[in-house]
Amino acid sequence: MELYKLTIHEAHEKLVSKEISAREFTESVFSRIDKVEDKVRSYLTLTKEIAFGQAEKVDRKIASGEKIGPLAGIPAAIKDVMCVEGVRTTCGSKILENYVPVYTSTAAKNLLNEGIIMTGKTNMDEFAMGSSTENSRFFPTRNPWDLERVPGGSSGGSATAVAAGEAIFSLGSDTGGSIRQPAALCGIVGMKPTYGLVSRYGLVAFASSLDQIGPFTKDVRDCAITLNYLIGHDPLDSTSVKIDKPDYTKALSDDLKGVKIGVPRELMVEGIDPKVREAVENALEVFGKSGAIVAETSLPNLDYALSAYYIIAPAEASSNLARFDGVRYGYRVPGTEDLMDMYMLTRAEGFGDEVKRRIMLGTYALSAGYYEAYYGQAQKVRTLIIRDFNRAFEEFDVLVSPTSPTTAFKIGEKIDDPLQMYLSDICTIPVNLAGLPAISVPCGMVDELPVGLHIIGKTLGEEMLLKVAYSFEQNFGWNEKPAL
Amino acid sequence: MEYESVIGLEIHVELDTESKMFCNCSTRFGEEPNTQTCPVCLGLPGSLPVANEKAIEYVIKSGLAIGCDISLYSQFHRKNYFYPDMPKNYQISQYDLPLCINGHVDLDMDDYETRIGVTRIHLEEDTGKLIHVGGAGRIAGAEYSLVDFNRAGVPLMEIVSEPDIRTPEEAKVYAQKLRAILISLGVSDCSMEKGSMRVDANVSIRPKGSTEFGVKTELKNLNSFRSLQRALTYEIERQKKALEEGEVIVQETRHWDESKNRTSILRTKEYAHDYRYFPDPDLVPMQFDSSWIESLKAEIPELPDERKQRFIRRFGLPAHDANLLTATKAMGDFFEEAVSIYAGDPKAISNWILGDLSYYLNTENLEIDESAITPKHIVEMLKLIDNGTISGKIAKEIFPEMFETGKMPQAIVEERGMTQISGEDEIAKIIDTVLAENAAVVQEYREGKERAFGFLVGQAMRLTKGRANPQLVNKLLREKL
Ligand SMILES: [Zn+2]
Repeated sequence: MELYKLTIHEAHEKLVSKEISAREFTESVFSRIDKVEDKVRSYLTLTKEIAFGQAEKVDRKIASGEKIGPLAGIPAAIKDVMCVEGVRTTCGSKILENYVPVYTSTAAKNLLNEGIIMTGKTNMDEFAMGSSTENSRFFPTRNPWDLERVPGGSSGGSATAVAAGEAIFSLGSDTGGSIRQPAALCGIVGMKPTYGLVSRYGLVAFASSLDQIGPFTKDVRDCAITLNYLIGHDPLDSTSVKIDKPDYTKALSDDLKGVKIGVPRELMVEGIDPKVREAVENALEVFGKSGAIVAETSLPNLDYALSAYYIIAPAEASSNLARFDGVRYGYRVPGTEDLMDMYMLTRAEGFGDEVKRRIMLGTYALSAGYYEAYYGQAQKVRTLIIRDFNRAFEEFDVLVSPTSPTTAFKIGEKIDDPLQMYLSDICTIPVNLAGLPAISVPCGMVDELPVGLHIIGKTLGEEMLLKVAYSFEQNFGWNEKPAL
Repeated sequence: MEYESVIGLEIHVELDTESKMFCNCSTRFGEEPNTQTCPVCLGLPGSLPVANEKAIEYVIKSGLAIGCDISLYSQFHRKNYFYPDMPKNYQISQYDLPLCINGHVDLDMDDYETRIGVTRIHLEEDTGKLIHVGGAGRIAGAEYSLVDFNRAGVPLMEIVSEPDIRTPEEAKVYAQKLRAILISLGVSDCSMEKGSMRVDANVSIRPKGSTEFGVKTELKNLNSFRSLQRALTYEIERQKKALEEGEVIVQETRHWDESKNRTSILRTKEYAHDYRYFPDPDLVPMQFDSSWIESLKAEIPELPDERKQRFIRRFGLPAHDANLLTATKAMGDFFEEAVSIYAGDPKAISNWILGDLSYYLNTENLEIDESAITPKHIVEMLKLIDNGTISGKIAKEIFPEMFETGKMPQAIVEERGMTQISGEDEIAKIIDTVLAENAAVVQEYREGKERAFGFLVGQAMRLTKGRANPQLVNKLLREKL
């Protein structure tokens, strides 16, 4: 039996019943990695030794009759933007090529404490800036459905690791769609929780007011299980919300009687590939079967979301990335003449083009004399977008759209056209601006490539969001896997 | 032309909290370099700040103490610039929503009073410390530089005054008064030596009577109240001279060199940074309850102005004395402690503190609580005078030894055999000698020359090296004549 194909909930039962051991499970995943990693290239760093050590611990626990949690013994990959003590954390950048953190991020720690088996750190667009994982300073990751195509980004490696069976689930981060878009392009489930639900402590910041950690899983139940252990108030993160921890698996239900689903027309028209739109429209019919009411709605200010995002995110990034200067850690160009030289050459060599582009955009937007016209204005747009969502949510329980306007595109196709690339996140970005939770679930195929359905929930409305996603998944019944 | 100077001060004060502004590291002074650090204050990737509530409380209390309006909604901003002593290459500070605005400090300048406005008080984090090795000890030309991040992230309060200060003397009194207030509040030790209080001054001059501002320069490296006053005096003269010689004043930052007694250019305005302030997205805006502010107000202890009034009322001190004695918390404490163990006139204590003690403190550049002399010394000395053991003159003579060694006055007097001669027989004998040796003067006195009496007293004192009780000498001499 190919254990790497199991979901979290399937594997948990087998582990508890001692049908399989954590060691066997881990071996299966690593032999899968050996087989496909050369083609897909999900990982920047493999942590095989750590993984087998953790597996042994879990097996000992099981053998001694101790109760194990649902994540214990489950092989999982972590995006290389979250710090894990003692394990190289590069953020896909040359400037952190040999950087080894001295502490572990809260999100990773929460899962490690639950006994997950860390397989490794996954490839990503440099500092999470990109939608294709081509901006990794090390190598691009390839889509398991078509190795000529991108997996999406920026959490491309975390998406492909799950899609290709190189991990049972993984963690990503989502600033403008970096979990949901690659999940859609790779045919798996990816979720961005409400801003503040998962601690950002130890997540190397791209845009602090937008960043959020979330899981990639094979199905919605696994997503709910993972979320149960990811969330919780963290005193180390001032933006972390204080709520009673729910059991999200309890929300999973088939029945959507009376649930109102809105389809914002702005997300179904311009820029959306007609075939993708058609696939999403077909998918929506499934909701009728489960008793939900589907109706069109409008988010009138969405047209400005992309512009606002490309001011706010780079502005915050320009400041967040200032610390990478060669003074204390990371890469430093050797033999420079003076301080200014060291700063400039280190950053010129250490950062790639897209990162530099965004640092420059952000620096400009915050400069004296431009602040009000750019950053100030963008914040106003952000408020308008939040208002649009609030209004829509007065009427609807969730909103739906395509996750990505297209299916996976060819490697190299958009890399020299940043504006075209930025449009990949047109459906996902407004959600980050409003801090809302959203999930991408597979909703069929177009030209042998997966399409994702994007479901957006209210602030802290994860339970309703997961319920709708679960119901859709059950009733839609899509279960294809890449032939890798 | 007659000019007047326009001065504004920016005062940075490190707050005396247990832990740093945005992490749990200790703020203790003088530890091994980089031992009081963590991912947050080292700005390691992924770390996040969490605001220290005590520090916020301290700033609000400081604001309340100088009559500020407290912002019920306030925010931290990022101030962006690159420097190796700043781990994140931005400083978490405040911009358009500081914690306190619109305060004031009233100054008693002895012959006039004046009010100095305080524009704002805000909270930020301190930077680390650079040590440049090789070269001239500055970053340019250094072989390499070391960074100590123990101070990085220590809560720093910045108090910005209005340009209401008109003289270097006022600047000094303003800074000293703020210091006394903050020390009374217990929010900082305000040590200029340790750098927990740092003063930068903006100064310009303009024709007297003009309401426009001249071009200002900013003075740095003012490491004591004395250098603040001296640097301003120098800079005002420099600007006057420049204007009189037809030169223009350039807006620039100037470095005060205490040993050379002059300022020199540090950087000109062309190098002014664009700090690209924006709200720190890692920290949620602060919102306060007015009832919480009220509860902080209730915790504010007696402040220097109130203490001064109490000194006048309770101890009958002249306003001048009370003002000086409350200029620092330590001096007021010294005075009160002395009064509590002395039954005599508090004014006598004040005289000694403001007279000899202050003189020696100034000479040695010491604060009153750094000196070897304690209230017990002063009181014991006063008691020795009161009971006739020593004269005031002797007291002045033993003062330097007391100041230098901390020996008690009684012990010094005994060691040096300086006790006053108060035995009537002994003094009578001395007077006999004087009369015998100065028959001519005695004759003059008897002929009505009153001045001759003083000469004879002087002779008696000379023979006893000043130890004779002057009252007794007077009395016995009159009797014998
Ligand atoms: Zn620290």
